[in-house]
Amino acid sequence: MLTAAERRRGIGAGLTVLAAVLLFVGTAVATLLAWDGDQSASRLFTSYTWSILRFTLLQAALSTLLSVAFAIPVALALARRPRFAGRTWILRLMALPMGLPALVGALGLLGVWGRQGVMNGWLNTAGLEQPVSVYGLSGILLAHTFFNIPLAVRLLLAVLERLPAEYWLLSASLGMKPVSIFRFVEWPALARVVPGVAGLVFMLCATSFTLVLVLGGGPAATTLEVAIYQALRFDFDPPRAIALAFLQIALTAAVIALIALLPAATDTVRTAGRKVLRLDGRSAASRLWDGLIIAAAVIFVASPLLSVLVAGLRADLWKLVNGPRFIQAATTSLIIAVTAGVIAVTASLAIITARQAIKDRRDPNLAERLLSISLAGTSSLVLVVPPIILGTGWFLVLRQLGNVAPFAPYLVAIINAMMALPFAVRVLEPALQDHRHQTARLAAALGVTGPAKWRLIDLPVLTRPVLTALSFAMALSLGDLGAVALFGSSDLVTLPWLVYSTLSSYRTNDADGLALILGAICLALTILGTAGQKEHKHA
Amino acid sequence: MHDGIVLEQVALKLGTTSFDFDCRIETGAITAIAGPSGAGKSTLLNLIAGFERPQSGRILIAGTDQTVSHPSKRPISVVFQDHNLFAHLDIFTNVALGISPSMRLSSTDRDNIETALSRVGLAGFGKRMPGSLSGGEKQRAAFARALVRNKPVLLLDEPFASLDADLRLQMADLLLKLHHETGNTVVMITHDREEIARVADRVVRVEAGRVISNEATMDYLPRFAAAVSPPSGSM
Repeated sequence: MLTAAERRRGIGAGLTVLAAVLLFVGTAVATLLAWDGDQSASRLFTSYTWSILRFTLLQAALSTLLSVAFAIPVALALARRPRFAGRTWILRLMALPMGLPALVGALGLLGVWGRQGVMNGWLNTAGLEQPVSVYGLSGILLAHTFFNIPLAVRLLLAVLERLPAEYWLLSASLGMKPVSIFRFVEWPALARVVPGVAGLVFMLCATSFTLVLVLGGGPAATTLEVAIYQALRFDFDPPRAIALAFLQIALTAAVIALIALLPAATDTVRTAGRKVLRLDGRSAASRLWDGLIIAAAVIFVASPLLSVLVAGLRADLWKLVNGPRFIQAATTSLIIAVTAGVIAVTASLAIITARQAIKDRRDPNLAERLLSISLAGTSSLVLVVPPIILGTGWFLVLRQLGNVAPFAPYLVAIINAMMALPFAVRVLEPALQDHRHQTARLAAALGVTGPAKWRLIDLPVLTRPVLTALSFAMALSLGDLGAVALFGSSDLVTLPWLVYSTLSSYRTNDADGLALILGAICLALTILGTAGQKEHKHA
Repeated sequence: MHDGIVLEQVALKLGTTSFDFDCRIETGAITAIAGPSGAGKSTLLNLIAGFERPQSGRILIAGTDQTVSHPSKRPISVVFQDHNLFAHLDIFTNVALGISPSMRLSSTDRDNIETALSRVGLAGFGKRMPGSLSGGEKQRAAFARALVRNKPVLLLDEPFASLDADLRLQMADLLLKLHHETGNTVVMITHDREEIARVADRVVRVEAGRVISNEATMDYLPRFAAAVSPPSGSM
């Protein structure tokens, strides 16, 4: 349906992005490979690296187990009660942690579960001597469940809500008790996606950096990502960092390959207007159980958020906002976020356009098919080669040129853009597909091409999804501590870095205030993005 | 005392729509429920089945007050237009859940299930999954479950609406055959005038949340000959 020129332009744009991404990632990985290879290889199998790998796997496995195990009863309870006051707000609350910078979440958790936190205060008054420790493995697990239970709840709930409404009427009519309903209806539906959800959560926990950095306690509770950071930042031991980096790449590649084999989970919202009658939710026992479960989940997720709000408001926000350090950090963050967002959206559009241009040919040749597949993989490349590794590679490249600092902001922006790429593609691809589907024939028949097509046909429809992708990408970049951690210095201070260094210098009050501001900005961007996202009709 | 299904001043408000049903449905007959879409046909069926509870009024089935009883305690089987089978369970299990919702089956139960499957023309289908069955075969399996449940009342919510014309004829024949064998009371929502003519003894017409007529099919058809009802399957 496209003209030859349109197709050429589309494929050309795709090739450019592919080349740029490969060059960027390739340089980082090649540098790691070339760097003092023998020494790195010998460091691959030390007891230190193995203990780090073991802990990474252990905490990820436990985090996954806990997250999914607690998410299942919450999802069941919410599905059993399709209508109650505040349900929509609870679902929105469950979406919040995903948009919250990990660092802000960590501060909130410290406020509730930390040594000076609300929880230990109560336990102390209750006469318990030993306060709950939020550092080390328990702290990491707490943080990972805080971020991943809500995610798992939404994914599992979506599955339950996609079941035909007749199932619930039938099970009532057949007289199935809760146990039978779980065994014959709910569990078979959940069982299909639990592996996929668990895989996703495991992936997030195995690569989580900020939470482990803030809550992990010393070498005994360190993951690969944090160990890489420490190897470079504190000990300046590149061979160790490189050895760890390769373990990390091997681990993530293995997990991603595994996930690819599992059925994917989506959190598509329920088809609007359909009425679900759950008679099994009407007994007093189920009301009580569901009420307790939902309340516990709400308290668990809301309390750290509330703590961020309360603690943040106690700080002198006005003074903080007007301080030179804040203004400088906010400006830096904003510039990096906008740059990262624009790069991510532009690259996504190029990738999608190129893939569509290839699909447009009835019979693409081998080279084109390969290009299409590579482009699909490009957007997810950052999942295999995490930000900290890209950072490590480029850190070593730039060090050869002398001072790293002048390049640092560009690097952070590009790495953030890479991080946002998979999300941006996920938002934009369905929107562009729908749009092409609806307009391609008509546009071709009318002969509308070039700038006129862009202005009259594409721009009005695509503005919204583009802004959605942009705001997601910006929120991700604004809240990110991983990429900046390697390069952060007095020359390069972003908002998360400012929060982190303020926290490290024990000015907790200021850190709380800054965290509130940062969290509010990121959540506002995420909410803005979600509001603009078109809900897809088909489930 | 009436031994069919009786709705006495049954009132219910769902959102902004109010329903007010008052009617008697004959025992041992096939009664069609007709009327424009959105008139409340499914709500009427949901009330009889117990999926909805009336805010006032009484529902009696075979002389017993069932107004507030749980759907599973009512002498009723239900067949919907779609999704009558749990897609992840085989046909045997789907039918067997009609006997024991916790799948505790005696050998007699198993025999009964196989018999029911062959009575609806699905002998040997027990191990098959619903996904491998055609639309007509799925509805046959739903009928087999109704058979093993052996309840005096069968509620059908547009059971053949998603089937093509030939299959609708076949399924209507099957419904009549099973009805004559069991002598059950059948209440069936349908949009299809031909289907009404073919199977129904009586027709209850629902409009705007109320029963506006309840009469023998031969009286109903000429009166509503010109009534515009949307073709089935368009919903």
